[in-house]
Amino acid sequence: MTSLAPGSSGATSIGAVAPSAGAEVHGHDDHGEHADARLFGLATFLVADGMTFAGFFAAYLTFRAVNPLPKGSSYELELVLPAINTVLLLVSSYTFHRAGRGLLRGDKASCRFWLLLSAGLGVAFLAGKMVEYFHLPFGLTDNLFASTFYALTGFHGLHVTLGVICILVVWWQARSGGRISAASPFGLEAAELYWHFVDGIWVILFGILYLL
Amino acid sequence: MTLATPSDFQPLGQPTPPSSSGGLQPEGWLRYLSFSLDHKVIGLQYLVCGFLFYFLGGALAGVIRTELASPISDFVSRETYNQVLTLHGTVMIFLWIVPVVNGGFGNYLIPFYVGARDMAFPRLNAVAFWLIPPAGLLLISSYFLQGGAAQSGWTAYPPLSITTPALGQVLWILSVLLLGGSSIFGGINFIATILKLRRPGLELMQLPMYCWAMLGTSILVVLSTPVLAGTLILLSFDIIAHTGFFNPALGGNVVVYQHLFWFYSHPAVYIMVLPAFGLVSEILPIHARKPLFGYTTMVYSIMAIVVLGLVVWAHHMFTSGTPPWMRLFFTIATAFIAVPTGIKFFNWLATLWGGKIALNSAMLFACAFIVNFVLGGITGVALAQVPFDIHVHDTYFVVAHFHYIVYGGTVFVIFSAVYHWHPKFTGRMLNEHLGRLHFVLTFIGFNLCFAPQHWLGLNGMPRRVAEYDPSFATWNQVSSVGALLMALSTLPFLVNVVASAFRGEPAGDNPWNALTPEWLTTSPPPVDNWAGEAPLVTHPYGYGASEDRIDLRLATGRQLWGDPER
Repeated sequence: MTSLAPGSSGATSIGAVAPSAGAEVHGHDDHGEHADARLFGLATFLVADGMTFAGFFAAYLTFRAVNPLPKGSSYELELVLPAINTVLLLVSSYTFHRAGRGLLRGDKASCRFWLLLSAGLGVAFLAGKMVEYFHLPFGLTDNLFASTFYALTGFHGLHVTLGVICILVVWWQARSGGRISAASPFGLEAAELYWHFVDGIWVILFGILYLL
Repeated sequence: MTLATPSDFQPLGQPTPPSSSGGLQPEGWLRYLSFSLDHKVIGLQYLVCGFLFYFLGGALAGVIRTELASPISDFVSRETYNQVLTLHGTVMIFLWIVPVVNGGFGNYLIPFYVGARDMAFPRLNAVAFWLIPPAGLLLISSYFLQGGAAQSGWTAYPPLSITTPALGQVLWILSVLLLGGSSIFGGINFIATILKLRRPGLELMQLPMYCWAMLGTSILVVLSTPVLAGTLILLSFDIIAHTGFFNPALGGNVVVYQHLFWFYSHPAVYIMVLPAFGLVSEILPIHARKPLFGYTTMVYSIMAIVVLGLVVWAHHMFTSGTPPWMRLFFTIATAFIAVPTGIKFFNWLATLWGGKIALNSAMLFACAFIVNFVLGGITGVALAQVPFDIHVHDTYFVVAHFHYIVYGGTVFVIFSAVYHWHPKFTGRMLNEHLGRLHFVLTFIGFNLCFAPQHWLGLNGMPRRVAEYDPSFATWNQVSSVGALLMALSTLPFLVNVVASAFRGEPAGDNPWNALTPEWLTTSPPPVDNWAGEAPLVTHPYGYGASEDRIDLRLATGRQLWGDPER
């Protein structure tokens, strides 16, 4: 149950072989995570995650196109609350962006303020979703539209919940002396990328579920 | 002048470090049971674990062929037969082929090929492997629980998968979700490693072909596997919560399931066979002592297969009420895949042409792959044609076709690769006599088993049933004899692998005089892959007409860091 400590024998032997070439030696710390590849890896994961949503969207649009609902049920949804929710998420993307700028300036207090605000907006979104769920005239198994609606918004809601947890973790790690700082902003960048992704998915969801 | 050995790359005065760098991970075989982060250990974990599941899947195939040796259902009950064929397909695809050609050889070779000391995300890598054993155990355990294992085949088509016993089906879904997650994590890791971890100075178009194959495969994994995951989650809702996504009785739509399922499962064919293309492209040049023919066209062919592979899925659904325009599109797109595949096929032939071929076990399996694969490819093009497909849909013709691709293609390459890389894995050669016996038995057994199934399918024998018309009995018995031969062929292989690991002839570092980077180090390699700096191999296939003129230093060492003559 163990691993090589980062930069053990490999790095030392590189140094011993060719000190002159040391500057151009690729900076893999041998068996550790590679900083420059991590955001790339996360982006690749988000492509995969996005494909899950794409599958759901395709299923939903096909159901709508070819499977008529039983008489008396409709696709109509209340628009006001979801519209407010959309604005909340979009604003939270902006506040997260401000948090990132704060961190890079070295202003941790500002960074943490904007992070907390982003998390708050995320929680407000989830609360709005709950209120909407409790006031909907249909349940999960009522008809195909109802099932698809809950599956899509529920899966997205899980992503928002995870995002809020990530923001709070980043908020904690960005305290003074924490592992996230202007010099090592990876955790914050990763959470921000993920949060923008979740927002983007919501915009598509809002478009095809509520507006279409 | 003799061939250079890797020690020639050691700069003067550089002491050779001990091959295992100091007790930081469990020594000996124990590390193969640990959460090791070493890509070579993880690669072998995938490989050995995959072979264990291969033997299980083979035993299940044995049950199927024993049942089908006679026209009536007399060996196992029909329900058991359904469970066995579902488990056979699931184990062979998700626990054997995909993990071994991707995770097994990919993890072992890709870091060497890009000149790195490990994968981009070693922890994610270990997690990806350790998802597999629990998923496999979950799948097996479902057989012993109430209602037994899933009975709806590896496709799990609703409404069948909704109406058969629920527990087995839900465990099947859970298992496939875990394996899909493992596959996605692996794919992300391969993409990041190949694109981000290349040694400075190493261009993309200088990479060994297996890197391109794994890059293409991983793109398919990342784009298509999540769709299967989402679909199976919806299916589990249908089973557990009685929603009606895919249940026509509740207003749902089964054809949507089929589209989403095949959006993953057709690319899955390429996920299983593209890495095999890559491996065979490494093996043929070395044993034919010739450069790989048409490197650039190979790369473009792989990428063309990736793009086309994503837009051909509905050719599995010509009998599902697909509209004419859809049939037209998917027939044409599928036929187009034959073009890049044919380019690769002829490139392999041209690589062999005029080569100094060593017909050892690795080469025998690789050449047999070319033969089997072209047969499977031709029946594939035939199946893409709507009128023909409607005639043979869901018959043994389809079974014969995909076993020619997946067994005759990929499994033959896996065996070839084991003979080829075993000296690197263990430092010892495999026994050639046993290897050739293994090859002869496998080749005859395979063709005896699956060639008659073309005939059976053309004459209308349906797949997935335990009973059939007595007029099909003769060819079914021939097929079962072939299956028995295939089972027997495993014995010399097992004896060979186990005995050679301990008592095999020492291989030396580079028994094949190969130029690709994994051979330019000790066998087995040290934890950090190379004692010194990673060699820069810009011409991985620089084999020439005369052995004497191959100079590893010219082919690989010109820009070696620490080269004393620079």
